[in-house]
Amino acid sequence: MQIGVDVGGTNTDGVVMSNGKVLVSDKTVTTENVGDGVFNIIKSVLDKSKVSANKITSVMIGTTHFTNALVERKKLQKIAAIRLCLPAADSLVQMIGWPKDLVDTLQPKKYFAKGGYEVDGREISPLDEDEINKIIDSIGKQNIDSIAVNSVYSPLNSTMEKRTAELIAQKLPHVKISLSHAIGKVGLIERENATIINAALSKLASEIITSFEEALLKLNIAAPLYISQNDGTLMLPERVKSYPVLTFACGPTNSMRGAAFLSGIDESIIVDIGGTTSDVGYIKNGFPRQSAVAADVGGVRTNFRMPDVVSIGLGGGSIIRENGNRIGPDSVGYLLTKKALVFGGDTLTATDIAVKRYNLDIGDPSLVKNIESSLLENSKNQITNLLEIAIDKMKTSSKAVPAIFVGGGTIINKEKIKGISELIIPENFSVANAVGAALGQVSGEVDRVFHYDKLGRDKTIEIASEEAKQNAKDAGASEKSIEIMEINENPLAYLPGSSVRLQIKAVGDLENI
Amino acid sequence: MKKLTLDTLEDFLRGTAFLGTGGGGDPYVGGLMLRQELEKGAECNIIKGTDVKDDDLIVPIAVMGAPTVIVERLPNAKSCIKALRKMEELMGKKATALIAAEVGGINGTLPFILSSYTGLPVIDGDGMGRAFPELQMCTFGVYGVNCSPIIVRDEKDNEIIVNAENNHASEMFARVICMQMGTKSEIALYPMTGKQMKDTAVHHTCTLAYEVGKSIRDARDTGSSPLNGIIDYFKTSFDKRYCQLLFEGKITDLHRETTDGWARGTVKLTSLKDPNKEMIVHLQNEWLIAFIDDKPVAMVPDLICLVDLETAEPITAEAARYGQRVHVIGVSVPANMRTKEALDTFGPVPFKVYDRYIPIEEIG
Repeated sequence: MQIGVDVGGTNTDGVVMSNGKVLVSDKTVTTENVGDGVFNIIKSVLDKSKVSANKITSVMIGTTHFTNALVERKKLQKIAAIRLCLPAADSLVQMIGWPKDLVDTLQPKKYFAKGGYEVDGREISPLDEDEINKIIDSIGKQNIDSIAVNSVYSPLNSTMEKRTAELIAQKLPHVKISLSHAIGKVGLIERENATIINAALSKLASEIITSFEEALLKLNIAAPLYISQNDGTLMLPERVKSYPVLTFACGPTNSMRGAAFLSGIDESIIVDIGGTTSDVGYIKNGFPRQSAVAADVGGVRTNFRMPDVVSIGLGGGSIIRENGNRIGPDSVGYLLTKKALVFGGDTLTATDIAVKRYNLDIGDPSLVKNIESSLLENSKNQITNLLEIAIDKMKTSSKAVPAIFVGGGTIINKEKIKGISELIIPENFSVANAVGAALGQVSGEVDRVFHYDKLGRDKTIEIASEEAKQNAKDAGASEKSIEIMEINENPLAYLPGSSVRLQIKAVGDLENI
Repeated sequence: MKKLTLDTLEDFLRGTAFLGTGGGGDPYVGGLMLRQELEKGAECNIIKGTDVKDDDLIVPIAVMGAPTVIVERLPNAKSCIKALRKMEELMGKKATALIAAEVGGINGTLPFILSSYTGLPVIDGDGMGRAFPELQMCTFGVYGVNCSPIIVRDEKDNEIIVNAENNHASEMFARVICMQMGTKSEIALYPMTGKQMKDTAVHHTCTLAYEVGKSIRDARDTGSSPLNGIIDYFKTSFDKRYCQLLFEGKITDLHRETTDGWARGTVKLTSLKDPNKEMIVHLQNEWLIAFIDDKPVAMVPDLICLVDLETAEPITAEAARYGQRVHVIGVSVPANMRTKEALDTFGPVPFKVYDRYIPIEEIG
């Protein structure tokens, strides 16, 4: 049996799952100390299900905590950044274009050193270990506990970054090291930005993950802990302590994965309606489609693998004005149970309209019995219109596809929506994100430039696919379950020998499920 | 526009992306390099083509290579300066001004980066009026300026001077050297007199880039349609371009591959209103020709620009993806990009996409 937990900004949700079914689910509020909230929710679902702690085989947690820490500039640490590039790629210093308050928070110390690779694999210059050691000595004198290392073309060859990490560990064993090749893709500045964000989060990562581990310990759960990453697959806690940035955007990913699972449909539009916003995405083969544009996180441009999501200001708490002709984008948010009419408040919300229109048993329905039919009709039209536009943006063809609705705000729409073949609201729709966290697949990836003229296209892809499968196995996937999820070929203009950037992802179930 | 400043930079960059017609490389990295220098207090002055003397030396400057490599290796400002100095040494005189070889994409910013270091002004104009993939596809060369000597160099001070028999050969040899340098080189090329520049450049394109970018932002700021902002701008702009919305649709198929060193491919768009109405746009590093029902509606060298349906943010060929909702906008180019000589160099026939050139305003 598995436990899935989703730690959001407002709510912490949990589920117990067994043999692919949700046994119980629950919601609590997210606590200041997130470890306490995790303890509370797991205790609650264990009590509810009457399952004893030793029957749990794994615990999966998805959290938006690290994203929020960056956005709120909280609990970030000072960093040093080393770029291996000289004599090339020094025209832009680190953190150009970052918001000033964030730079002030991180107080970065910036270094450039010889090293890095060309696109064809040659060295720009060899790594100069004396030079690196001098930089490490300089950092050591400045009371800095986290270092970001970025080499030119590290996604093609990580050797120099790894050697630099060894040299740092020899002299400064207590220091956290973030290596860019483990974080980002080709695109020096965006990858470096993500690596520096990661470095700034590394102390917090240890604290948070340790608090999760302590919560499990207190609950006598000996099962392994896994953390969701942004592509919907899982990481081991030790890896998250080193690479917290890889958890960014796991929230929408988990709800989409959960929705796919709960409905049994693996290609569909997903609409996740929360209290304030709705996220509309698309899943194929059970995994979210990834965004192609640069992702901006907390004002910093990165090249994270983010799900392709359209967010609109429509949720259960959306405020309704102008006789139903204007909905949102503002919301009463977490004050829904105080401010909405059905809860005795004074604000007309999307939830009030739903209670009246669909005769729902939420709050006190008698408080909305006087809502006029024109207001009801206008509100309904506005809600369906907003959803139709967002859904249409995510479709890849004019063909009608099914749409799965999940999230706590799902109650606000039961109307047929144009452009979809079927509206599906699965059981346990309100905890889809925690279900998504519990799904427990691990992945292995390959993302490099290959030259088709050597072995031909088919053979090259076959070799690269085997490497991705091996990476998935190394990450804990059972060999039998591993399959290739995605193959992306991007031809490189001007490069000789039919050069192609191949991105291949293999996924598999965890060995112990 | 008399200066490029921190206040005008973002609009200018958006405009260079628009004029890049899908190619030319993402101006983001070049924009950051410029921002870095402008924040230190550097100035970039812009002068009109007519502001220089006939015997002045004008030097175009560019970064050559693959856009995908440039985002990793970054253009190098010091290497640009050395390329300029070497060109001055070969020509036996100091340059009076810099000019962009290609205003579209990242090369629109390169002369300004060099300007921020050297204090030299940048001519309001360029040699393409957009982006093209090869060095000979340039009005400087079309009207008789020799592409050679080209200074091809890198940060390691590898510096090769290409002197080739014609501008095609210049491109061919420089490309081989560029690949050896890691598929990114700083180049100075087409050295020319003030008179040659006046006679051969596509003029006012820096101002045009800034004003297109500004028209998009102004429309967003006032809550009006950025698409109309662009169209209205071109209709009333100083050089009165023909501009038209060619299509409104969603990307429903995307095919890209590398053949003969080009990123070639097609994008299929399906109308949002009528699912049976489709547009096909052919790509060869830049958007080259757009068809509706097998009839061309715009073709190179006229500009074909894909922009985001709501924000009008220009979309590069690399960033195009399934499901994107876009406006396809067509814009005419100035007369000196449409002569027989010009079309023989960068029209639909040398690009092998159509058997003759039809100006966008004649297709209707």
